[in-house]
Amino acid sequence: MIPEIGQFALILALLLLAVQGTLPLVGASKGISAWMALSRRTAQGAFFFLALAFGCLVYSFIVNDFSVLNVANNSNTKLPLIYRISASWGSHEGSILVWVFMLGLWSCAVSIFSKHLPEEMVARVLGVMGLVSVGLLLFLLLTSNPFDRIFPVPAEGRDLNPLLQDPGMILHPPMLYMGYVGFSVAFAFAIAALLGGRLDATWARWSRPWTTLAWCFLTVGILIGSWWAYYELGWGGWWFWDPVENASLMPWLVGTALIHSLAVTEKRGTFKVWTVLLAICTFSLSLLGTFLVRSGVLTSVHAFATDPKRGMFILTFLAVVIGGSLALFAFRAPKVGTAGTFKILSRESALFANNVLLIVACGTVLLGTLYPLFLDALNLGKISVGPPYFEAVFVPLMVPMIFLMGVSAVTRWKEATLPDLWTRLRWAAVVTLIVAIVLPFILGRTSPKSVALLGLGFGMAFWIITSALAGFFDRAKYVEGSFGAKLTRQPRSFWGMFVAHIGVAVFIIGVTAVKGFEAERDVRMAPGDTVSVGGYTFRFEGTANRDGPNYHATRGTFELSKDGKTIRKLYPEKRMYFAHGMPMTEAAIDSGVFGDRYVSLGEPINDDKQSWSVRVYHKPFVTWIWAGCILMTLGGLLAMFDRRYRVSTRRDTGKPSLPSSDSVKLENA
Amino acid sequence: MSAEQETTQETVTASGSIKSRHKRFLWIAVGLVFVVAIVALVLNALGSSITYFYSPTDVMQNKAPQGRAFRVGGMVEGGSVVRGTDGLTVYFNVTDTAETVSVVYTGILPDLFAEEKGVVAQGKLDDHGVFQATQVLAKHDENYVAPEVQAALDEAHKARAAETLKQ
Repeated sequence: MIPEIGQFALILALLLLAVQGTLPLVGASKGISAWMALSRRTAQGAFFFLALAFGCLVYSFIVNDFSVLNVANNSNTKLPLIYRISASWGSHEGSILVWVFMLGLWSCAVSIFSKHLPEEMVARVLGVMGLVSVGLLLFLLLTSNPFDRIFPVPAEGRDLNPLLQDPGMILHPPMLYMGYVGFSVAFAFAIAALLGGRLDATWARWSRPWTTLAWCFLTVGILIGSWWAYYELGWGGWWFWDPVENASLMPWLVGTALIHSLAVTEKRGTFKVWTVLLAICTFSLSLLGTFLVRSGVLTSVHAFATDPKRGMFILTFLAVVIGGSLALFAFRAPKVGTAGTFKILSRESALFANNVLLIVACGTVLLGTLYPLFLDALNLGKISVGPPYFEAVFVPLMVPMIFLMGVSAVTRWKEATLPDLWTRLRWAAVVTLIVAIVLPFILGRTSPKSVALLGLGFGMAFWIITSALAGFFDRAKYVEGSFGAKLTRQPRSFWGMFVAHIGVAVFIIGVTAVKGFEAERDVRMAPGDTVSVGGYTFRFEGTANRDGPNYHATRGTFELSKDGKTIRKLYPEKRMYFAHGMPMTEAAIDSGVFGDRYVSLGEPINDDKQSWSVRVYHKPFVTWIWAGCILMTLGGLLAMFDRRYRVSTRRDTGKPSLPSSDSVKLENA
Repeated sequence: MSAEQETTQETVTASGSIKSRHKRFLWIAVGLVFVVAIVALVLNALGSSITYFYSPTDVMQNKAPQGRAFRVGGMVEGGSVVRGTDGLTVYFNVTDTAETVSVVYTGILPDLFAEEKGVVAQGKLDDHGVFQATQVLAKHDENYVAPEVQAALDEAHKARAAETLKQ
């Protein structure tokens, strides 16, 4: 009964979304206010039914209703409750339902937090989101129905893929999807602007917080995915340039360009056309990401068994959305026009250059990801493009980007002069150079290659930190009073930028340290053996059996010590899941601020000493990689909660934006 | 791109006609240099990091390169997995049911590595025709067969079907 209610709710949601995607749009172009007014109600109604459907699916998983194919394939009576719940989005069908559900959630949020927007705008934005929802809901209902029944009903389910039975996997897909789907709001705002011909600073201010929030979700989603791959796959890496990872990185790169371009559009009224194009691209790449992952066209360590019919549907949908929106862009963008001028040396041009670098970086990732697919489709051989390609291309693009990131934080809008820039940045430049040259030697590196790597990495990180500080002191000059006042009187959007940029620096420090100092060893160990890596000693004490709810495990015991002092015991496991007969490695990690000690069990070796093959790692500063991502997210949230997004709404009259008082001072200074 | 035009056009209208034409050429030149640099970077990086995939049949027909890394994929032949005395070196055969290639790998194998299951290994052929693997790739789902492996198996199957027809 419950699955049928879910199915029925999906159909009702589809009907409401069909209304949401048509009448308000027509109403907005014809000026029929009754039709425009439908957008909010339908969005909220559709969300109700989508939530109901999602609730029904979760319920089916909780009560082990194996008459539902999706539940039978992805759950098991022995599966712990929390994983039965997360299994609802662990499968293909469930994850698409979550996608549509989240689109409903975002639409509903727009309908609630858009009281101050013109009715026409709301109608268009929700109308576009309704159309996107219709496409994905049709995909769900026609090719991947999560409520399909199975007869005869199996007595037991096939269990969730053991890799997904993990805390990281409970959160990773919803966060990532919230990001992907959240960019639909920016997309809808862009399309609405093109349709209505209204594209000004006010428009940018409306879409900015939504875009930033989506970007925050995407950042967290990628972060959790990376962290999961690090500890769960047992390979000790945090990024593999795997096609599926790239699929999430591409919208992130363009989304990052978008939030910066939106900033320029809001503050200066320029970059409008560019911003609209970026908004279209970001969402298109989010859809492409979903397509790449869900269609099974990629050879990927992440790929799961898939159905080609689905690929065709998403590909068609993708073509319609991207083709349609780009065609609209081509017709309408010239009408939107350009405004505002700036010189080559200005904050606008620095931000623009960085936008271009981010887009090019995204383009190279796209090329590396799709190139094997093209060659295969043209029958020119089967290839894979490995991490060396991405590293060789990505780093040279990021170096000038990081440099400009520091510069743009202190450059004036409109027109800057070199001597003035030098005055503002000289201390940052000097400190950065000293760190870049001296630090690698202090850390005991002498080979040219590792000196270059460390110098470049730490140099970039310190450049960001010192130039961000320079930017703060620059602003602080225009605030009277004590140092505390200077700190507290800066707007939240400034602190948002500051924290996010520091996050990038922390991230780079993590990446550089891991690359420069990580140590790894694969060894054979009998009980009593020791192995040393990175100054730490692991002593293997033997294995014991332990049973989990749905698996048997062999648990190894390792004593971790440094300089003869015991730090702690580590318990890596080798699990065998009943339902899948699939072995799983659970690494044991001693995590700390300055690095991780990581041990995982390989396989038992058939000898009389009960040895195992064992992999041990020392990963200095690896946690900084994720800490950096968390800081970036916090920065985004801070910027989103800037006062002007709430205060300014009341005096919103469609005039170009009023820059916050502090930036007025800065410009006038 | 459009914003780039935006800036060019702005500079055009802002300054005199001859000066602006020079400026436009300057912009186009800068853009071209940038594009050429990116293309060179990409091509260079692609050239050195593309790995081709070959089936065991391809390898036996000497289609695979000598001295350059590539990938070979198929099924792990049943009963072929042997461990070396050090406990870390593993010998196994990869087959597409028509031909087999011997593979040596030192290190820890992925969890889903098993006999009669699909596998993709990356490495080089040595002088004795043994594939020295540097990486053995995992998959995430026991139902999943890498498309290349599936293609290699289908290819071998088709070839054998053609053989039987001839006889």
